[in-house]
Amino acid sequence: MTSSSLRKIRIVFSALVLVCFLIVFTDFRYLIPAKYINYLIYLQFVPSVIKFYDLRTIAAGGFIIVLILTLLTGRTYCSFLCPLGIGQDLFSRIGGRFRKKFRRFGFKKPHTIIRYSLLVITLVVTLIWGIYLLTLLDPYSIFGRFTTYFAKPVVILINNFLGGILSKFDNYTLHHVPVRGFQLLIYSIPVAFFVLVGTLSFMKGRLYCNMICPVGTLLGLISKISLLRIKFDENTCTRCGRCAIVCKSSCIDFLNYNVDLSRCVECFNCINSCPDKAISYGIVSLKTKEHKTDESKRKLIAGTILALFGLSHGSRSQEQNVPLPTKLSTVKEEKTFPVCPPGAGTIENFNKNCTACSLCITACPNNVLQPAFKQYGLTGIMQPVMDYHKSFCTYNCTACTEICPTNALKPLVLEAKKLTQIGKAVFIKDNCIVKTEKTACGACSESCPTKAVYMIPYEGNLVIPETNQDICIGCGHCEFACPTTPYKAIFVDGNPVHAAAQKPVIEEADMEAPEEFPF
Amino acid sequence: MKKIVIFAVYPLIVNYTTDIMRRRDFLKKSAGAGFAAGAALSLGGYGKLWAVTPTPAKYDMVAIMGGEPDAMFDLGIQELGGMSNFIAKGQKVLVKPNIGWDVIPELAANTNPALVKRVIEHCFRAGAKEVYVFDHTIDNWVNTYKNSGIERAAKAGGAKVVPANTENYYQQIEIPAGIKLKSAKVHELLLETDVFINVPILKDHNSTRMTCCLKNTMGLVWDRGFWHSNDLLQCIADYALYEKKPALNVIDCYNVMVKHGPQGVSKEDVVQMRSQILTTDWVAGDSAAARMLGVEPERIDYIPIAHKKGLGNMNLETLEIKRIKM
Repeated sequence: MTSSSLRKIRIVFSALVLVCFLIVFTDFRYLIPAKYINYLIYLQFVPSVIKFYDLRTIAAGGFIIVLILTLLTGRTYCSFLCPLGIGQDLFSRIGGRFRKKFRRFGFKKPHTIIRYSLLVITLVVTLIWGIYLLTLLDPYSIFGRFTTYFAKPVVILINNFLGGILSKFDNYTLHHVPVRGFQLLIYSIPVAFFVLVGTLSFMKGRLYCNMICPVGTLLGLISKISLLRIKFDENTCTRCGRCAIVCKSSCIDFLNYNVDLSRCVECFNCINSCPDKAISYGIVSLKTKEHKTDESKRKLIAGTILALFGLSHGSRSQEQNVPLPTKLSTVKEEKTFPVCPPGAGTIENFNKNCTACSLCITACPNNVLQPAFKQYGLTGIMQPVMDYHKSFCTYNCTACTEICPTNALKPLVLEAKKLTQIGKAVFIKDNCIVKTEKTACGACSESCPTKAVYMIPYEGNLVIPETNQDICIGCGHCEFACPTTPYKAIFVDGNPVHAAAQKPVIEEADMEAPEEFPF
Repeated sequence: MKKIVIFAVYPLIVNYTTDIMRRRDFLKKSAGAGFAAGAALSLGGYGKLWAVTPTPAKYDMVAIMGGEPDAMFDLGIQELGGMSNFIAKGQKVLVKPNIGWDVIPELAANTNPALVKRVIEHCFRAGAKEVYVFDHTIDNWVNTYKNSGIERAAKAGGAKVVPANTENYYQQIEIPAGIKLKSAKVHELLLETDVFINVPILKDHNSTRMTCCLKNTMGLVWDRGFWHSNDLLQCIADYALYEKKPALNVIDCYNVMVKHGPQGVSKEDVVQMRSQILTTDWVAGDSAAARMLGVEPERIDYIPIAHKKGLGNMNLETLEIKRIKM
């Protein structure tokens, strides 16, 4: 394999990865099995680290593979596997159409202070206070939010448009799908990041990856000592500078025959641009090895390592301060706690491990998972919360628990999920139709899968709901079905610690099949 | 360049779709007006097919016991003179089972799939041009269609299984004589088909005591919440006033959920009755079904209300009933 075919391989491979990610995140008909989704996200760096920290098994160690890969090949992760990075390449390519090729990139000095500070701050904040800065900056989660909130609605609109035309011809293969409404406050963060990442990549190639992205900076540290790297043949190089112009990372200092390996994402554009074949990708030779030291970087690295060891101790004593939803202050309705998806275990644990990548939100076939605004406190913004005014949790479904890349939602087998109590139904008799209107309703009890909500005799021929919280699993179907407005007559109060519900009461029917027609 | 195009097209798509909707509504409304006019002219022709005048069948009701769902239907429809008594060649037919809940067929929360399939086959044998099946499900519709077994059975029978999950499949209708329910949005295929065949399953119901023929219509409409919050029992009876009535009701009493209805919790809620009731009069059908459940029809408020409105006859003693044991 020659060096010049590497770029083609990179383009084909990364395009494939990007398409897979786009399909998974815009799969509004839920056709992709969880198994394949898990294969795809296995190597995503941040989710894998969190999952590994939680589970401590090699099975969750996708990030170790990435680290080894980086050690061997440099930051190939950024060009081959990171969906946000690949997406930026696409933007950058479009940007290139608008700008003169010869003015595009060129060598620029690294933003050393910004990138290492951001990396250290992210690490420190994550270890001491919680996950929210990582939530904001994890490239995979950023990509997940972009596709879920911006790309998926477009795909659905196209589907609905085509489906509308087809249904006129009596063809219902493309069915209409409701589009998620745009919630300005919750979406403000993804919108801001879309503008930021979009503009930077459009104008400056991989500047976001080399200035802001903590994963990029971290892998950059390792790629400095990678085995395979881009290197110059000083004897054949004519210093024409073509390589520097096509370098998305602006990291080729051709005058000094130097490539800044901490920023190079192994896109291999430079190899193909070189008319003299003076640039190649291969095993490092001693001759080109750097011996320059950089004091400022060393200090930052040392600081990072210190932070890693020293502060993880501190974080333990601070655990009580992890933001828990506080009583009534930020929570709508009479709910004391928001309802957290099944598999979370506890709200506290969930808030600590979720990076709000929104994969579960996009995978939920009932659209009951919605990005939180203030339900978990401001730091839990965009993490998924059960919204029983929009929908309810399907009794026979474990989709969200099967695909969580960070293990914030732990896998539940269906039988366990059916007995996992994520909240409890609370009946407000004074709101109930049966009491206020004196007419029959029973929508809540009708939809209850365990009959935790059942009807007891009321005035005259009427029956009124009553709840048995022991067998309630908090699916919220009752709250969703309750027709009263603006406040529901029955709602689910979240369990801060998920409990085990008792099995539904099963008794033989007290009736036999009639022998003769009773009419 | 591509990005610019996408951004330019986005609002266009939005505008265009809403535009299409409006035009579509307009077309539907004008079509509806035309249909009303046409119906007035051709009432004589339609009357023979629908329940306005009795069909040439000898009985008002056929009740069968002791067979499999499909075999009982074969026998029952034969007693009523065959499906061609209800469907003319080239007509479009709506077969409306109960597909409310995401449960397996054994739990009997949804109409028996084998019965649905057989009804569809008879429709085609009678010359139906197209048969449609849908229900406004309560659980997630994709899973419900699938796990109920009805989607597969209906497709095997040759029917089109159609979504009913979003509001834009529904069209506004008026029920001027309704007391509580004066208008509703019903599925477009109820309006576009020529014949409506109601295939409910008999079940216990926590609030209305029973769900069967009349209550099955809640799966034809979009806003069920309105019914629940505006006197559910009256709304059920009110809807029965709407002009598009079922030509035939096929009541599945093979497995009957006798408690914890309408969704059920376990197989213990189900009693195997191995029965079926076929009737053109849905009030009579509900009356007979109530007795199967061991409930007096008078106790289920919407039955006497519908009876008093003249929508059917709940007094089974006055009807011509053929009872068959297999």
